[in-house]
Amino acid sequence: MVSIKDLHKKYGHQIVLNGLDLEIKEKGIIAVLGPNGSGKTTLIKSILGMVVPEKGKIELNGKSILHKWNYRQELDYLPQIANFPGNLRVQELITMIKDLRGKIARDQQLIDFFGLHPYLDKKLNKLSGGTRQKVNLLLCFMFDSPLIILDEPTSGLDPVSLLRLRELIRTEKQRGKTILITSHIMNFVEEMADRIVFLLDGKIYFDGTVSELKTSTGQFDFEHAIAHLLSEEHV
Amino acid sequence: MFKILKYSFFDLVRSSWSYVYFFFYLLLGTTLLFLNNDLSTAVITLMNVIIMLVPLIGTIFGVMYYYNSREFTELLLAQPVKRSSIFLGQYLGVAISLSLSLVIGLGLPFVAYGLFKSPAIWDFIMLLITGLFLTLIFSALAFNIALSNENKIKGFGFAILMWLFLAVIYDGLFLLSLVYFQEYPLDKFSLVATMFNPIDLSRILILLKLDISALLSYTGAVFKEFFGTPVGAFASLGMLVVWVILPLFRISRVVKKKDF
Repeated sequence: MVSIKDLHKKYGHQIVLNGLDLEIKEKGIIAVLGPNGSGKTTLIKSILGMVVPEKGKIELNGKSILHKWNYRQELDYLPQIANFPGNLRVQELITMIKDLRGKIARDQQLIDFFGLHPYLDKKLNKLSGGTRQKVNLLLCFMFDSPLIILDEPTSGLDPVSLLRLRELIRTEKQRGKTILITSHIMNFVEEMADRIVFLLDGKIYFDGTVSELKTSTGQFDFEHAIAHLLSEEHV
Repeated sequence: MFKILKYSFFDLVRSSWSYVYFFFYLLLGTTLLFLNNDLSTAVITLMNVIIMLVPLIGTIFGVMYYYNSREFTELLLAQPVKRSSIFLGQYLGVAISLSLSLVIGLGLPFVAYGLFKSPAIWDFIMLLITGLFLTLIFSALAFNIALSNENKIKGFGFAILMWLFLAVIYDGLFLLSLVYFQEYPLDKFSLVATMFNPIDLSRILILLKLDISALLSYTGAVFKEFFGTPVGAFASLGMLVVWVILPLFRISRVVKKKDF
């Protein structure tokens, strides 16, 4: 599905991605982890075409995506910060994104799912952070694209919505989608992810399942295993 | 592009700043026309305000809108839309909503005054045309500055400096050079120097339309000779169009390579 070869990116003198190779063939949930500045966001943004890499290839379903835009019809993205034009109403924003996609959307179903009915006529700058994140999630999940990219999906959600979100991600996985997640909440990752991709210094440092990670580091606990990966590097 | 334009326009016309801007022009137009019986002084005062204020507001609004909608722009960038359509759409949203505040805000008092029956209608239309051009030019310049500066404070600083340079400092330098080189023939130089500053260009266009170029003495005569002819009028309007197109061209070039 996604194939990345020898990806290089630097900002000024700072090298962020340094010859990264990544192959995602399977369906399921893939968590991209790594310390701050390890290149997680840059990797995701390269797939989305928001960052232009210096060198390397990114292919989606066998076609190069560099300098193209039409392929984004096939993927959904949840940005980290939910900030929308303040004077639009929720319903107008949903209509706008539907308008841009020109695709069938299941917005009604998701409005019910997140309980957003009372907010549809409210202006977006009047919403609380959590509600805005729900709108963000709705905009992302309403199109049935085979690839979903979630950047910190848990931020600002209350416990009930968090449960809802897990349920939603699991359903999408069962429907045969590929979901790429970054998150700082380790138990969320441990519970959800089928595969862990750990980035360090712009390269993939570990690639495998949660249990493989635990055995290879000799730790029983996921958080300790991750901490161990980091300490190994710096010994 | 038009879809993006439509929604950023909707967003902006509902913002309280648009109303403030609109009511400011409404108030200005009404006071100048109804408390002052001379139409041509009213137009000149309006010109002085428009020529300073429209560029300033266009600059600040452009920069502010760009930085405020940065996160939303990221969401748009992840949609199947061309990059240049996103930014040109947003730019037009800003420029059109500002222009609307200007045209309606000044238009209402003028219509109430009975403008359609007065011969001053062409002066007024000239005033609006230059106002529109200045809005288009300065919001495009502001977008350029914001696109090239990730840092908000720096972006704002450069934008204000740009306005200050074109609105005030440029004229100062121009004047100084005229004084300094007064021994030489300067008509060509002043013509060219005027062309390179959209604010000066607009001012000259309105002054000539008002037929008070005699105030400008010999240089005024030279200007009249050039700008007063159809060729000159076309050249100066063409120059204003170039001032709009060049920044837009740079926007579409910069966004092709930029990382977000």
